[in-house]
Amino acid sequence: MSFPWAKHYKPSHPLMVWLDEKLPLPRFVHGAIGGGYPVPRNLNYFWNFGVLAGFCLVLQIATGVILAMHYAANSGVAFDSVEHIMRDVNWGWMLRYGHANGASAFFVVVYIHIFRGFFYSSYKAPREMIWLLGVTIFLLMMATAFMGYVLPWGQMSFWGAKVITGLFSAIPIVGEPLQQWLLGGFAPDNAALNRFFSLHFLLPFVIAGVIILHIWALHIPGSSNPTGIDVKQESDTVPFHPYYTAKDGFGLGVFLLIYAAFVFFMPNALGHPDNYIAANPMSTPAHIVPEWYFWPFYAILRAFTADFLFIPAKLMGVLAMFSAILCWFFLPWLDTSPVRSGHYRPLFRKFFYILVLDVLVLGFCGGSPAETKYVLISQIASAYYFLHFLVILPVVSSIEKPEPLPFSITESVLGTDAAATA
Amino acid sequence: MADLLKADGAMTGPTEAKDDGVRRRDFINIAAVSFAGIGGIAALVPLISQMSASADVLAESSTEVDVSAIAAGQAIKTMFRKQPVFVRNLTPAEIAAADKVDPASLRDPQTLEQRTKKGKGNWLITMGVCTHLGCVPLGAGQGEVKGEFGGYFCPCHGSVYDTAARIRKGPAPKNLEVPPYEFTSDTVVKIG
Repeated sequence: MSFPWAKHYKPSHPLMVWLDEKLPLPRFVHGAIGGGYPVPRNLNYFWNFGVLAGFCLVLQIATGVILAMHYAANSGVAFDSVEHIMRDVNWGWMLRYGHANGASAFFVVVYIHIFRGFFYSSYKAPREMIWLLGVTIFLLMMATAFMGYVLPWGQMSFWGAKVITGLFSAIPIVGEPLQQWLLGGFAPDNAALNRFFSLHFLLPFVIAGVIILHIWALHIPGSSNPTGIDVKQESDTVPFHPYYTAKDGFGLGVFLLIYAAFVFFMPNALGHPDNYIAANPMSTPAHIVPEWYFWPFYAILRAFTADFLFIPAKLMGVLAMFSAILCWFFLPWLDTSPVRSGHYRPLFRKFFYILVLDVLVLGFCGGSPAETKYVLISQIASAYYFLHFLVILPVVSSIEKPEPLPFSITESVLGTDAAATA
Repeated sequence: MADLLKADGAMTGPTEAKDDGVRRRDFINIAAVSFAGIGGIAALVPLISQMSASADVLAESSTEVDVSAIAAGQAIKTMFRKQPVFVRNLTPAEIAAADKVDPASLRDPQTLEQRTKKGKGNWLITMGVCTHLGCVPLGAGQGEVKGEFGGYFCPCHGSVYDTAARIRKGPAPKNLEVPPYEFTSDTVVKIG
């Protein structure tokens, strides 16, 4: 975003002047994440999570490309090659634990990033496109994470692949041919493992591409801020560098402390012991669950146990699970309140916290066995989930009386703003 | 269009429109782009088709099973197309339990008779693949839970099958699939 007061890029060294004429890359960086990008001065720590997500992607690509040098994508040896990485490859254990926990870290960061968007209505005009691209990135992340989890070819890998590709068999008529096309066979086997490896390697770079679009779209209106009001004047902003490079650097340090605690002291805390048993097509583990970050959606999938009109229960579950994310695409138009920030929306705020609780309950149920009581709780929580987005948000937007907004970002920070009385 | 093709360059240049508003260049443009488009779509065929099961996977595998050692009330798991198959020797009580149910009341209405071969009504041979999302149901192995209808129970999402392996409860839409099979002798079954 170039507000009129954005600092211009002025190279002084002759080499930089020469480079600026041939390929203005330093100018681009200066304007994107340097001193030339004015950012609201009041961002809180929830605004760190975009940069943290970017860091996670770099971390996953770096560790992943190295792991691919030692891993063998063949159903006969895949499981053993992962154990080879763990036992024989120099530092292989650290790279694998770093990659496995990196995936969890990526999802923690992205979930906070998304819920930051929910609370502060970051999806509202003029930032709809940033939001739509963000939801797209999340869908790509889910596909990538799922295929990555299949690669160790343990019991959870195999049965995860079977269950998730089984979702497609719910589609009428084309479902079963589609599932066989996805797997390259009747059940997950070598063909499926190989293509999942190929796509697991490709998709992170697709994600990187969409992230560039995401940031490009962000720089047109500029970053939002916790008050949700627009930037009016120079005193509302500070340059990204050094103010937010420093703040993001600090946040990154805190993130790395927690991440390292997992990698070095509890590397398997978020994994499932069954995945250390080699894949066996003849026996399903007693309790198959996806990784924790899919639990809320898995709970929605399992919540549908009865046929609805002419739609079988299985198809309903699959449709509901995908709708749970697809409905985010419509958020900019479902929430019609002119006020963005949840800080000034007393009613919306309450429902936001109920939604957080609801998703946590769904996550808990998704990780629990398919017993009647958990299924019943999932059904109630799933119903509320859709109620929130499709009914509560539009209704609250129209009946709520928002609290008064500050005159400017400057006033919200300093308590007064000379421009307000001028 | 025909007279446009005959159009002589001296009278109407390639960028000038004729009376009907169509230029020679429009035709070339549409024809060229259409041809490239058709070529592009044709190139997709192998790219999509390579994903389907390859010849070695499709090669008809058939499994022969000796069922002589399976006593009434017992079942074994075998493999067909890399997926488990349940071969079960039903007891008279299990057959009676299956026959007692009114097929019209079922989600996927079928009688036990329709799911077995004539004269071999005690041999229930089904895929061991839950029709919900493809887990292997319990109930075929020694000491496994058979569920409240005495057939099979899928631990993944709680589908319950009866003694004819018909879906009775839970999210699965269909009965356990009966694969193609035939008895080649009194004690040998050829599946596939």
